[in-house]
Amino acid sequence: MEPVITIRNLTAQYGDLIVLENINADIYPGEITVILGGSGCGKTTLIKNILRLVEPVAGSVKFWGEEVLGLDDIQMANILRKVGMLFQSGALLNSLSIYENISIPLELHTKLPRSLIDRIIKVKLNLVNLSEALYKFPSELSGGMKKRAALARAMALDPQILFCDEPSAGLDPLTSAALDELILSLKKQLKMTIVVVTHELASIHRIADKIIFLEQGKMLFIGTLAEAQKAGIPQIDTFFEVGRF
Amino acid sequence: MPCKIVNNTLYLEGSLNAATIPALLEEVNSLLKHQNPNTIDLSGVTVLDSAGVAFLDEINIRLAAKGILLYQGVGDEIQEVMETFSSLKVKVPAPERKMGFFEQIGDSIVVAWNNFYNVMLLASEVFYWGLIGIFSRKGQRKGSFTIQCSLLGTQALPILSLLSFIVGFILSLQASVQLANFGANVFIADLMAFSMVREIAPLITAIIVAGRSGSAIASEIATMQVTEEIDALKVMALSPVRYVVVPKFLAITVVMPILVMFSILVSEIGGGIIAIDYLDLSVYTFVQRSINVLTIKDIVTSFGKSIIFAWTIVVIGTYCGFQVKGGAEGVGKATTSSVVASIFAVIIWDAIFSLLYL
Repeated sequence: MEPVITIRNLTAQYGDLIVLENINADIYPGEITVILGGSGCGKTTLIKNILRLVEPVAGSVKFWGEEVLGLDDIQMANILRKVGMLFQSGALLNSLSIYENISIPLELHTKLPRSLIDRIIKVKLNLVNLSEALYKFPSELSGGMKKRAALARAMALDPQILFCDEPSAGLDPLTSAALDELILSLKKQLKMTIVVVTHELASIHRIADKIIFLEQGKMLFIGTLAEAQKAGIPQIDTFFEVGRF
Repeated sequence: MPCKIVNNTLYLEGSLNAATIPALLEEVNSLLKHQNPNTIDLSGVTVLDSAGVAFLDEINIRLAAKGILLYQGVGDEIQEVMETFSSLKVKVPAPERKMGFFEQIGDSIVVAWNNFYNVMLLASEVFYWGLIGIFSRKGQRKGSFTIQCSLLGTQALPILSLLSFIVGFILSLQASVQLANFGANVFIADLMAFSMVREIAPLITAIIVAGRSGSAIASEIATMQVTEEIDALKVMALSPVRYVVVPKFLAITVVMPILVMFSILVSEIGGGIIAIDYLDLSVYTFVQRSINVLTIKDIVTSFGKSIIFAWTIVVIGTYCGFQVKGGAEGVGKATTSSVVASIFAVIIWDAIFSLLYL
């Protein structure tokens, strides 16, 4: 099976500070890959570099075998149309209602009639259990609600690859578990490839097919959760041991 | 896109996704104009996404209204996708009722009154703590007054000087052409001194301070409000007005007359260049007439109203900052509102002063 994302020797830095160093990873279709690591280890930076929201200083990133680091904005936009991203803060457009936020990608990237767009928006909000917020504005929602609304926007176009930056942060355990179920059903039913940054051990156990473990900008491990726990890497053992209660 | 109706059954094949649905919808619509199938066959469907399910729901509603509608040939995977993304059982609240014309007018009046009332309330708090702040620095950080004097005063000097010089230059140039026609060259000094001291210097300084410092005050407080810094101050038993606003209030009270004085001097230099170069006045005549024409009352009024302008700008900037709602967009709106409201209020004050001290 060909990987959907291939990362080779990816190096990123802010000013003189190297935040990611020689990252190598393959992300396969239909898999949920969880990026783990302590705060400030470069998890979000890795996602931003893969999507070129921040330009890497060296290395290679391929989507479906196509190198993206040299692409111009229009070519990159064609790739990004098949990708969804849930940002850590939600990143909803504050001047628009939740309905309009989710409507943007559907209006601008498809030729679907308004009646179908309307149905899709309502279904997507219902999936994240947020139907009551349809006509509300982001400023009227709590942090957790914003995140769920942002997830509805990220999956508006049924992207082939979905990136989620800490989807469970700030959510109660029940909502967090429901979100994990949703991620699993997106993977199963739409064959979505999903990349998740999270610290939640329960979430990792529920959804992870593979994990990428980062520490201080270096990749210590890539593989399944079971392999990680048997690998005998002290930092990973500590991470899982301390997180358990 | 292959779709056909055979024996009252609508056969759909291939991919039903966001890319294929628009064309398929047109085809199906043209087929349904003449026939009313009672079954939809999905055995040939290979890909189904949420747009495809929305399409099926749309067809379902339309056909079910004309009789019983059945699905056939639905595989397990397709069935699961249909169940997950079906909009048929989704219930959403009705949008809020919009206000009528007269309701909007009434609402605007109530909002305007509440704003005025709250501004007055805030102003009283600012004046109270400002007065206390002169005698006691409790509740303020050490050095905050000096920092604010620098931010609101020193740093505004370059732009204020440049604009005042240009305005003085232009005013003098325009006036000198008319005065020269009547041989009244010498009156350029009177005109410049009078207009600059009594009207233009305080006004132009206030507009620059509103645009530069008023907006900065509003955005700073609005950002603090959005990021819960104001709440943090309250929890630490500190008055946000005393901690954040009073140093700005005291600083602007001191620096505003100085800025106006600076504006008068620089604009007089701009005007003097024209008077000396174009109207052949001597430097001595220009300066002498400028000083002689002014009275103490003119200068006191000028500085007095500049302080009132300054207080207005601080109170409005603070009020807009505290009233912020939402995130980054709210901060932007608060900043814009503060500048517009401050300039409006300053001009109203100026009109009142002109009527009182003509």
